[in-house]
Amino acid sequence: MTKIFNPLGRMMQRRDFLKVAGASVAVAALPATVRGAEPVKVVLWSWVPDLQLQVDMFNAAHPGIRVELVNAGQGKPEYQAVRAGLQAGSGLPDVVQIEYQLLETFRQVDAFADIGPYANAHKGEFPEGLWTQVAKSDVVNGMPQDYGPMAMLYHKDIFDKHGITPPITWAEFADAGKKIHAADPNVFITDAPFGANADWVLGLLWPMGWKPVSRDGDKLAININDKIAKDFAAYWQDLITAGIVETKPGFNNEWYTGLDSGRYATWLAAGWGPLFLTSVAKTSVGKWRAADLPQWDASKFATGAWGGSALAVMKTTQHLPEAAEVAIWLNTNPEATKLYTTKQNFFPCTNALLSSPQWAGDKPDFFGGQEVNKVFAKSASAVAPFEWSPFQDFLYQSMSDEFGASLGGKGTLSDAFDRIQDAVVAYAKEQGFTVV
Amino acid sequence: MAMSNSPAAATRPARWGGFTSRKLAPYLFLAPFVLLFIAFIVAPLVYAFYMSLYRDTLVGGRHFAGAASYIKVAGDAKFWGGVWNLVLFGIVQVPIMLGLALLFAIVLDRGQVYAKGVFRLGFFLPYAVPSVISTIIWGYLYGPNFGPFTQIAKAFNLPPPDFLSPGAMIFSLANIVTWEYVGYNMVIYYAALMAIPSDLAEAARMDGASPWQFARLIQLPLLWPAILLTIIFSINGTLQLFNEPYLMRALAGNTINSSYTPNLYAYSLATQNQQYGYAAAVSFVLGIVIAGASYIFTLITNRRRPEQ
Repeated sequence: MTKIFNPLGRMMQRRDFLKVAGASVAVAALPATVRGAEPVKVVLWSWVPDLQLQVDMFNAAHPGIRVELVNAGQGKPEYQAVRAGLQAGSGLPDVVQIEYQLLETFRQVDAFADIGPYANAHKGEFPEGLWTQVAKSDVVNGMPQDYGPMAMLYHKDIFDKHGITPPITWAEFADAGKKIHAADPNVFITDAPFGANADWVLGLLWPMGWKPVSRDGDKLAININDKIAKDFAAYWQDLITAGIVETKPGFNNEWYTGLDSGRYATWLAAGWGPLFLTSVAKTSVGKWRAADLPQWDASKFATGAWGGSALAVMKTTQHLPEAAEVAIWLNTNPEATKLYTTKQNFFPCTNALLSSPQWAGDKPDFFGGQEVNKVFAKSASAVAPFEWSPFQDFLYQSMSDEFGASLGGKGTLSDAFDRIQDAVVAYAKEQGFTVV
Repeated sequence: MAMSNSPAAATRPARWGGFTSRKLAPYLFLAPFVLLFIAFIVAPLVYAFYMSLYRDTLVGGRHFAGAASYIKVAGDAKFWGGVWNLVLFGIVQVPIMLGLALLFAIVLDRGQVYAKGVFRLGFFLPYAVPSVISTIIWGYLYGPNFGPFTQIAKAFNLPPPDFLSPGAMIFSLANIVTWEYVGYNMVIYYAALMAIPSDLAEAARMDGASPWQFARLIQLPLLWPAILLTIIFSINGTLQLFNEPYLMRALAGNTINSSYTPNLYAYSLATQNQQYGYAAAVSFVLGIVIAGASYIFTLITNRRRPEQ
């Protein structure tokens, strides 16, 4: 269909649209706007590259809605803009990209509308653990767009050289590390960026059942330095003290070279990791493989997640049904969501894609033809629910500061957990919470 | 007719008009600056001060807190720790930077240097590189595993230097800032040297002054106002250090924390802790510390000003 104004074409689009719309609860409120001359404008803030492609698909399928895509920065800068808008009470978008880890933080300042009435029908289309990230019982504050279930990527060449098979448990992981490092002091089993990447640390604490901050209204139970954290700290402190892991910050050129050149034998990565690694490790094509995340208890397979984000609808929107439809359609439409896995290289969220032969059966050369996506899809189904704190960026900041201080000589990781506990309790009280 | 004959009457309108336009003209010319100054400096300052009197909490929202935030800053170990980091940083970095700038300016001012323009431009060029870019470049050079210094050390079987360790970080940052700003300060000194009348140089030469004596006894005292200016600039710049540690944090997360410098601390408070009022108070106290340091420095140097 041409872009030139064509009354008949518009009619047909409308009719098609109504047909499609019939399936969705969201559309209950739509006909009024469809009949109106002007389509409803919905502003969407997202940093996802090439999202315009999916937005164009949406606009073509919804003549009554016009989505305007704005890139307000990736992560932090966008959150700053959202917070500025919340403070000012204006300038906010209708739909906004938010990482799962920050949803609770923005819920705390009452940023989001409840899209449950429109979204709950789609609950079964996503893995259970993932749905708990965006929904609390029937209240839904976001639609999952991409995901980061954790697994292990490893240098098969290094493992083979030292006669090691992928470790099933963390104890085996440590043994493998000792063996490799003893044979070659320039190789480390992994890099553990405690001082810089707190979200990675949290992803590893997650499968252990760590509950740093649990809330009941304005009452918070803060258990950051509990037994789980102490066990975790003791394990990693041993590896650090023994010198078989490095603790350099991730995501810089030094680190990429470290992975590529085989200074680090493994990367404890998330679902988006395989394609990310492919883009930063250019010379180690074919040497990498994926395996399950090492386990604390081999009989109970559990994993965590690291990263991923959702589309949420702002409470201030004047067009709740339309905005909800944008968030839902962009993350449930089969064509649009499939395009994320091919164009944006996202790790998919929908069950349909996670089990699709095309995606799950992909055999990239970088991983020697292994079906790596299947490893991460298995992890996706084993991610337990996790309760985020209502001030997640403060928690992360305290973790980075205190882990960093410990690695810089101020005590052990275990001491760091004690200091984080103190800092977070003080902050929570100052913020008006009752700490129980 | 008497009226038109009177010179006073004839010239009065013209004088009156001249008077008003002469009175208004400067303000007219200043208006664009004043308006922008009010919009982007004064208004945000006033708003920040207003905010600093309130406290934002996640439960209960915003409420008036009076001077509570200021009292808290006074006893905030994180804030003063950051200031202390920068005092140490400044004591090392500022004299080195200004000393080098002075040396380069005096050497360039002498006639004997060939390709003077190339050197002048070369020293100044780092200042033209945005600090973000220079920090990224230096960050690469400092790389502990694969950076060039490490590669060289490994080639000679020496232990690689760790520029990003807690002990070395302040010097590594000082090095970046020095590299960035030596040229800027050199240009200020160089301009001041150019303004020294050539008959003074001639007279000194005729009286048999050595180049060293000329530099110490003639050039240095005449440069004193320029040196004072650059020191004040440096105190200001040092205490506001942000870009370099902010970017270095991605490479040295174990060393640089969220309160490594006061500006970094204020930034974390506002963007991550959602403590907008407290961030504003921290910024104001930092402003007071900077103004105080500059004032004390001026007082001391005024008393000890060398006789000219």
